[in-house]
Amino acid sequence: MIAYVLRRLAYGFATVLGVLAFLFGLFFLYATPEDMARRALGDKAPPQAIEQWIVNHEYHHPLFWNPENPGKTLIVDHYRRMLTFDFGRSDADDVRVTTRLREGVGPSLSLTVPLFFGGLVLSISLALFVATFRETYIDRAGVALCVLAMSVSILLYIIGGQFLIARILKWFPISGYDADPAVIARFLVLPVLVGLAASFGEQVRFYRTVFVEETNRDYVRTARAKGCGDGRVMWHHVLRNAMIPIITRVVLAIPFLFTGSILLESFFAIPGLGSMTVDAIHANDFATLRVMVFLGSVFFIAGQIVTDVCYTLADPRVRLE
Amino acid sequence: MESYVLSNLITSALVAGLALALWGARRSPLWRNAGRELARRRPVALAVVAAYALVAGLDSVAWTDPHHEVAESEAVLLGEPRSAIDRLFPADFQEASYSAPFADHELYGGEALRHPGGHWLGTDIIGRDVLHRTLKGARVALIIGGLTSLIVLPLALLVGVSAGYVGGRVDDVVFFLMSTLASMPSLLLLIALIMVLGVGTVQVCVALGVTGWVGLARLVRAETFKIRELEYVDAARVLGTSELRIVGRHVLPNLMHLVVITFALLFSSLVLSEVVLSWLGIGIEGSWGRMIDQARTELSREPVIWWGITSASVALFSLILAVNQLADAVRDILDPRTVGEES
Amino acid sequence: MSDTVLDVGDLRTSFPSAEGRVDVVDRVSFDVGAGETVALVGESGCGKSMTALSIMRLVPKPGRVEGGSIRVGARDVRTLPVAEMRRVRGGDVSMIFQEPMTSLNPVQRCGRQIVEAIRLHHPESSEEARRRARDLFGEVGIPDAEARLDAYPHQLSGGMRQRVMIAMALASRPKLLIADEPTTALDVTIQAQILELLRTLQREHRMAVLLITHDLGIVNEIADRVLVMYAGRIIEEGGRRDVLARPGHPYTRGLLRSLPGVVERGARLEEIAGVVPRPSEWGAGCRFTNRCPLAFDPCAGTEAPRVEVGARHVAWCHAAARDEGGRS
Ligand SMILES: Nc1ncnc2c1ncn2[C@@H]1O[C@H](COP(=O)(O)OP(=O)(O)OP(=O)(O)O)[C@@H](O)[C@H]1O
Ligand code: SF4
Ligand SMILES: [Mg+2]
Repeated sequence: MIAYVLRRLAYGFATVLGVLAFLFGLFFLYATPEDMARRALGDKAPPQAIEQWIVNHEYHHPLFWNPENPGKTLIVDHYRRMLTFDFGRSDADDVRVTTRLREGVGPSLSLTVPLFFGGLVLSISLALFVATFRETYIDRAGVALCVLAMSVSILLYIIGGQFLIARILKWFPISGYDADPAVIARFLVLPVLVGLAASFGEQVRFYRTVFVEETNRDYVRTARAKGCGDGRVMWHHVLRNAMIPIITRVVLAIPFLFTGSILLESFFAIPGLGSMTVDAIHANDFATLRVMVFLGSVFFIAGQIVTDVCYTLADPRVRLE
Repeated sequence: MESYVLSNLITSALVAGLALALWGARRSPLWRNAGRELARRRPVALAVVAAYALVAGLDSVAWTDPHHEVAESEAVLLGEPRSAIDRLFPADFQEASYSAPFADHELYGGEALRHPGGHWLGTDIIGRDVLHRTLKGARVALIIGGLTSLIVLPLALLVGVSAGYVGGRVDDVVFFLMSTLASMPSLLLLIALIMVLGVGTVQVCVALGVTGWVGLARLVRAETFKIRELEYVDAARVLGTSELRIVGRHVLPNLMHLVVITFALLFSSLVLSEVVLSWLGIGIEGSWGRMIDQARTELSREPVIWWGITSASVALFSLILAVNQLADAVRDILDPRTVGEES
Repeated sequence: MSDTVLDVGDLRTSFPSAEGRVDVVDRVSFDVGAGETVALVGESGCGKSMTALSIMRLVPKPGRVEGGSIRVGARDVRTLPVAEMRRVRGGDVSMIFQEPMTSLNPVQRCGRQIVEAIRLHHPESSEEARRRARDLFGEVGIPDAEARLDAYPHQLSGGMRQRVMIAMALASRPKLLIADEPTTALDVTIQAQILELLRTLQREHRMAVLLITHDLGIVNEIADRVLVMYAGRIIEEGGRRDVLARPGHPYTRGLLRSLPGVVERGARLEEIAGVVPRPSEWGAGCRFTNRCPLAFDPCAGTEAPRVEVGARHVAWCHAAARDEGGRS
């Protein structure tokens, strides 16, 4: 077990190195520091300004090989900084990226956590309900509704939600944020509702498929044969057996709670990491974007390892070798 | 060569390729039955998708007028290639402003519009016909889905099959590559790619392709593993059939159901991704996403300009819904695992 | 029989097919008395399991029971409210299945599954129920019961799992036990043990058993009466000795003839020339016509008549009718 976890960690680390290699290729080889400077300063910027920008951001070292100072190359810098979580300064306004991250994670979590758990409870309950009535009109209507909901772009949910609930009905403010916990809820209700609406179709359908597949198994028939009712079969037997696909999904989603929701945050003016990413895009801030991609994959890889360990808890048959 | 000639050629090639693929599929009883079953279960969705394809096709064939005796207001368009769809709409916008559907005057300018019967779905801020733009969006959507699939499908098949069939070192490398790519959050990766590659139709499709191929490649790899172990594949090998032939004869045909299912599922997610990209300002010109993004602020005008966003949204929604329904049905029909899910 | 435990009359159960719904169980009637072991035999796909599942009201969708009556004791299972039906399942009637590998919940310990079965029907404390579960394990011959209660199904052998299934089925002392091919998936020595166990339990608890099998050897060993099923219909019914020694239906005769030393355990039924017709090929007449050596004019077109070929021994066959008619 411990040996397995160690091996898993080693592979995860290798994957992180792979991600860094990819990012290096993308951000330093394909788009050179000069490109970045030109994007940041505009096409008409004088050569000196570009030169200065590059030096300021420490992008002036050679890419791979520096005969004078072997440690001072872009690739070494890139790896060293990322792996030590020393992310340097933003390309756009020279604020430390780490500071931004620390400021943004709170607002992001205040949106994504309620959204995530609300969505989980809502969609699993709905899916169990629909799967209990599989092969009936309730089920078919449920699936049709899910497909319908999935076919609407998330942008439209946001625009529609803001227009209808905030502008016409005036129930909640259109957008905004406040650190004061007393006020914050008023700002978060609408984005959470919109987020739920945008994701429930896909989620319910996924869980329903899992549950329906599970209800066709022999042990369910045994449970019925000994006198279990529909509810008991679903909640005691099916749900527990369906834990594996559910865990995979849930654990893998948790890391992304931290990176926030790009769309919801920027539409509802929540100053989280999602908003920060959007600002980075508009400001051609490659440094921040690089960090976000890197952090995202680190979280994801960690999540995967946790998932594998969770399997042993959910399924007694799984032995990690 | 003029760009519109090239695009005409590509369109014809695509249509021919599609016809050939359909004709090939008709010869296999499995696919013929699947097609019939699909038509039985989802006739409306099929018709909707066909209609979009038709509009997109008509919009892809463009030509210039050799001698034009046109009104002065259309002088802008002189010499410009115009597609079959463009020709249905008189190009009468000149610094015009919004008009509501069927309206005979503009909202802010007050000048009467010349288009007979008014614009069915109104006009946008510079007087372009909304119906015209909406119809033209179909082509962009199909390009997003189609061009990206042209990148994703061969790449995923090549990588997945070689990993699954050859195994060993090749598989290790491919697997590592795929886990690396898959571990990056897809929207962020997409954004990063486009920022680096630049904005444009091809660039966006390439970026979508890079983020999209891993899923299918994984499925293909796993399935190839299974097929490789089947008895008849062994038998073929014993008989001295070359490996390439085995792949072509036995492996690829057995992967096609995965390809079709994935394509159907991929298509809608690609088009929806582009909408988000459009909002970030890195989408494709002329897409419904662009229309929605542009029309977003119009909702706060007084009076509310609702027709632009509504038309684009409805056009987008109907296509995605139809494709999703087809994808659902295709999966039910082709994937034996979900047998028993629908009666 | 005065104390009938199960009485099935004209049961029809259908599944949709390309040609519309077909009755894969077609007008099946039989009864099982208290303490009696009735064997239901027939080839794979003839509808044995569906008959059993219809009794439990567990026919998988899209299948459904179309008609007929199913009485357990005094109650009609078909019209029972859902809550009542739950009390019948695992209460008066228990069922065990062919696949001991998959029929137990893989993520629950065996003990907990038995305790659930007990407590669903008796309001006992969980300690009491656990004690009862341990007793049941002892009764079905599971050694080291205490430890096995805490085992997960995958930690047990196939034979042990089937014993757990039987223990679960016995939890509320059912009046009727339906055993759907309980030994098919096991190897021969284990089969013998399980059958022996079933026989002992049946005798001790005066439990009625409906045993589904396609193994005539098993029939010979433990059945009191035999029902022979073919293509969704019962085609012969009678006491075990009568049916095995003097079969009245050409199909039963074929079955017996195709066995080497009349009835040995392990001998399968699939050895008559020709193939079972698919439901879409069922005509108006006798469904055995295409394989029957005695088939004659009326067979294909008119339904085979019920013929008393002996005391409490019936067959449905034109040839049998002709012969009986000629004799009397
Ligand atoms: N899920 C299903 N969908 C459609 N038809 C089914 C389904 N399950 C059973 N059937 C039909 O019901 C018929 C009877 O099946 P049943 O399981 O009762 O056979 P059986 O006699 O128990 O066979 P076996 O010895 O293989 O268990 C089958 O021939 C099949 O045509
Ligand atoms: S009815 Fe005719 S076909 Fe059927 S078993 Fe009897 S003799 Fe054979
Ligand atoms: Mg069966």
